[in-house]
Amino acid sequence: MLNDHLEADLKELREAFNSGKTKETSWRISQLNGLLRILEDRENDISMALKQDLGKHHVEAYRDEIGTVVKTVNNALVNLKQWMAAKKTRLPIAAFPSTASLVPEPLGVVLIISSWNFPIGLSLEPLIGALAAGNAVVLKPSELAPACSSLLAETIRDYLDNSAVKVIEGGSDKGERLLQYKFDKIFFTGSTRVGKVVMSSAAQHLTPVTLELGGKCPAVVGSFSSSRENNMAVKRIVWGKFGLCAGQACIAVDYILTEKKNLSNLVESLKRYIKQCYGDDPNGSHSISKIVNKKHFSRLKSLLDEPMVKSSVVYGGSLDEESLFIEPTILVDPPIHATIMTEEIFGPLLPVITLESIEDSINFIRARPNPLALYAFTENESLQKRLVSETSSGSIMFNDTILQYAVDTLPFGGVGGSGFGRYHGKYSFDNFSHEKVVMMRGFLVDFWFRYPPWTAQKLQLLKAGLRYDYLGVLLIALGLKSKA
Amino acid sequence: MEALSPLREGPDPNEAAMDVAGDLSKSMIKFYRRYPSITHRQHRSFSLQIHASLCRLMLTITMASEEQVKNSTAPAMFDTEAANCLMKELRSTFLAGKTKSYEWRSSQLKSLLKMLEDSDKQICDALFSDLSKPEMEAYIHEIAMIKSSCKLALKKLKDWMKPEKAKTNLGTFPSSAEIVPEPLGVVLIISAWNYPLLLSVDPVIGAIAAGNAVVLKPSELAPAMSSLLAKLLGKYLDNSAIKVVEGAVPETSALLEQKWDKIFYTGNGRVARVVMAAAAKNLTPVVLELGGKSPVLVDSNIDLTVTARRIVSGKWGCNNGQACVAPDYIITTKQYAPVLIDSLKHHLVKFFGEDPMNSPDMSKVGHSRHFARLKKLLDDDKISGKIIHGGQTDKSNLKIAPTIVLDAPEDSLIMSEEIFGPLLPIVTVEKIEDGVEFINSRPKPLAAYLFTNTKQLKEEFVSNISAGGVVINDVTLHLMVDTLPFGGVGESGTGAYHGKFSFDAFSHKKAVLYRGFFGDAPARYPPYTPGKLRLLKALLDGSLFGIIRALFGFS
Repeated sequence: MLNDHLEADLKELREAFNSGKTKETSWRISQLNGLLRILEDRENDISMALKQDLGKHHVEAYRDEIGTVVKTVNNALVNLKQWMAAKKTRLPIAAFPSTASLVPEPLGVVLIISSWNFPIGLSLEPLIGALAAGNAVVLKPSELAPACSSLLAETIRDYLDNSAVKVIEGGSDKGERLLQYKFDKIFFTGSTRVGKVVMSSAAQHLTPVTLELGGKCPAVVGSFSSSRENNMAVKRIVWGKFGLCAGQACIAVDYILTEKKNLSNLVESLKRYIKQCYGDDPNGSHSISKIVNKKHFSRLKSLLDEPMVKSSVVYGGSLDEESLFIEPTILVDPPIHATIMTEEIFGPLLPVITLESIEDSINFIRARPNPLALYAFTENESLQKRLVSETSSGSIMFNDTILQYAVDTLPFGGVGGSGFGRYHGKYSFDNFSHEKVVMMRGFLVDFWFRYPPWTAQKLQLLKAGLRYDYLGVLLIALGLKSKA
Repeated sequence: MEALSPLREGPDPNEAAMDVAGDLSKSMIKFYRRYPSITHRQHRSFSLQIHASLCRLMLTITMASEEQVKNSTAPAMFDTEAANCLMKELRSTFLAGKTKSYEWRSSQLKSLLKMLEDSDKQICDALFSDLSKPEMEAYIHEIAMIKSSCKLALKKLKDWMKPEKAKTNLGTFPSSAEIVPEPLGVVLIISAWNYPLLLSVDPVIGAIAAGNAVVLKPSELAPAMSSLLAKLLGKYLDNSAIKVVEGAVPETSALLEQKWDKIFYTGNGRVARVVMAAAAKNLTPVVLELGGKSPVLVDSNIDLTVTARRIVSGKWGCNNGQACVAPDYIITTKQYAPVLIDSLKHHLVKFFGEDPMNSPDMSKVGHSRHFARLKKLLDDDKISGKIIHGGQTDKSNLKIAPTIVLDAPEDSLIMSEEIFGPLLPIVTVEKIEDGVEFINSRPKPLAAYLFTNTKQLKEEFVSNISAGGVVINDVTLHLMVDTLPFGGVGESGTGAYHGKFSFDAFSHKKAVLYRGFFGDAPARYPPYTPGKLRLLKALLDGSLFGIIRALFGFS
């Protein structure tokens, strides 16, 4: 049980980091290229593993995981030198003559714990940031996506520098053992419950953490004058719910908020569009993922089994335990206190909650923990403004879903219950870097008024110096002015 | 909760006295008008009577207000229930949206500035009573620092609050994106005793600028400043959103049970672990501003006078070594050590006189527990005979003389924990480059300093040594510059603040992406086909040619 070389592995990583090789630009580039090669050479194997673990369609696998990660690696390769460059800053006169810059430096040996729903994307996306920033890395993929986990272990061993990047596979006991060790950063993607465990363990070593959690992401749906806009909104919601690993995504739409008068129209469009996407036999369409395992299947099943919930189902609702398949399901106004409306659903069940007025959505959202993402379909600018300023969430997307994840120039991360810390693009690099302040001075100029014993004139000079009041300093120093 | 800021409820004794004096002088004028023929003697006795009664009045008011303080602080047990109440009140203020407006933030910052301007004297007195801090230090390191950070926040607030535009890529075209800073909610700031004003108010400025409701817990080890802060913040700031909770361990524990949206802690690694573990229960992000042994590496090709005085002022002239960025120990070559030591001694005398224990320009040791700890470092057998300067202690006045220790062994107490006091060990190495290795073999410090004129050594130092901040040819100066983030790494902490970085530390950067309903890649939607896969590959690679090819179906 314990002869798995964990200790030796971690020691090797520490030595690799201390040797300084991971700091070299050439090393970082070679590792990122190695990742690119994995994604190119092994695209099919990755797709197969995703199919096996989650029943993900090849297009979905490419769109959400392989392709997105290729884009991220390319972005990192193009920008790496710029990210690594020191930034110059302005200084006050008390520090004259000197220069200051912010030098990004790697944190050390970092731990990335990823999750099973996007087992490739959520492992490699942070890994790219950690490598670009020059760290040694332990990646622990989720044991609940075993095919992807072992594929990652195998490919990373073959394509990357093994002394500085290691995949450590295993379940929660392995995770707990890993957390006993000191890392310089822990990047965790997963549930709130485990997030708390991770952070408590990190506290023992004062290790900074990034927690990428989830939450119930609402979609506020207003009414549209044209049916074209209405249809597009519905399309984008259906995609943002069922099209991403069957709703098993941290930024998937969790539930819809809409006006009572809009309800029948919305539900009809949803039904029509679900049929168009997945046909009459969604289980046989292969365009929708399965539920990851029995445990999650029965969790979702029990959500439907609560009193008054099943009766609110207006579409779908069929389950097949054998193939771990749950049909895209729409529920209208399930009880607000039922589990389906208090916990993150993480599956293909879509409750629609009706409100008297669309403005009521603001209070509805505010009364609940901060979601990772908020979606709103409306062209009403005042409502848009109110949603931005009066609600709090990791991100807000208007008139579409999910795409904010793919924009490298936007930080991705939660707030409150949905986690903290952010990544993607340059933010990933920053997440795994420490911005070191470097100030350089010479010996030539040294103001005598910096040193004790203290006199009133020194006080005035320092006051002027701290205010960047160059003339003031000069006048006081020359004895022409007595008060700063 | 009223018990927390008792002075706010009662009349301000000075103000009341002024009112009374005003009334009296008015009635005197009336009196003279009515009796224009009053004699000189009558006038004199009348004035004396008035003066006497005025004195009595002021005395009563002052005593009454002192009484009020005693009564209200004594029974104010801050327990879990009190913390619940406090949180409820602040949460409802925050949810009402009051703290988010620009007007509220700037008005609070303005009052804060006014508070600092009105209370110079009281602040210096409190710092003197807690730490014997010289007025110059009090002014430069505390008052001036927060005044300038408050002014900067006021000047830049609108800029900071503005959403930042972000470019979007082809995959999400057409759309526009911005990053909107928003307040986190209700935040807790726990500060330290060594710079009890600066380390309390500086983060409060960031929290207010970012639009949060705030609780400040000043250190109980600087009691005069703690109660002054409670009084002043209670008087000048909006008490429905900004509160001071005074107290020690039980009060802090009660506070830590609450769910905060951010905890900003300044102090030591031991307590930081407790704070972070408590924060983990509620998934609260933390900023930890800790310390560590900040080394100074001194090469031999330097301007000795400038180097020595910069080190002496950074070590003993900043709260007598009780600063998180103070130089902790020096590393230099065996050969150069005697020269450097002579110069250090020379500047010690120049700055603080022959009898530094009685110099008005040097702070005392913070409190008796801390004094005992420093005494233990000095009494360690492992450094006996190695004290080459100073070493005198005065328990009753909490004074320790500036002390230099040469070649303390690595396993001595003084070389294994943060000193945080007027003791300066000097470690000697064969070659100056060995110093880099020495520093790297220890936990990451908050600051690392190097004095040299060799370019290569500078580069090696900057690229190989990990620390919160690095200063070449000076010490502690980076702390004063608000364009630089201030914070640690590894054992010296996480998160950074000062200037805009303070605003960021208390803000969430919300990504906001706007789209219209035109332009949509069909490849996004099921049912999935090979053509859609091609299009997607092109979109994600961002190659325009590929997109056109895919859209028009050539392949």
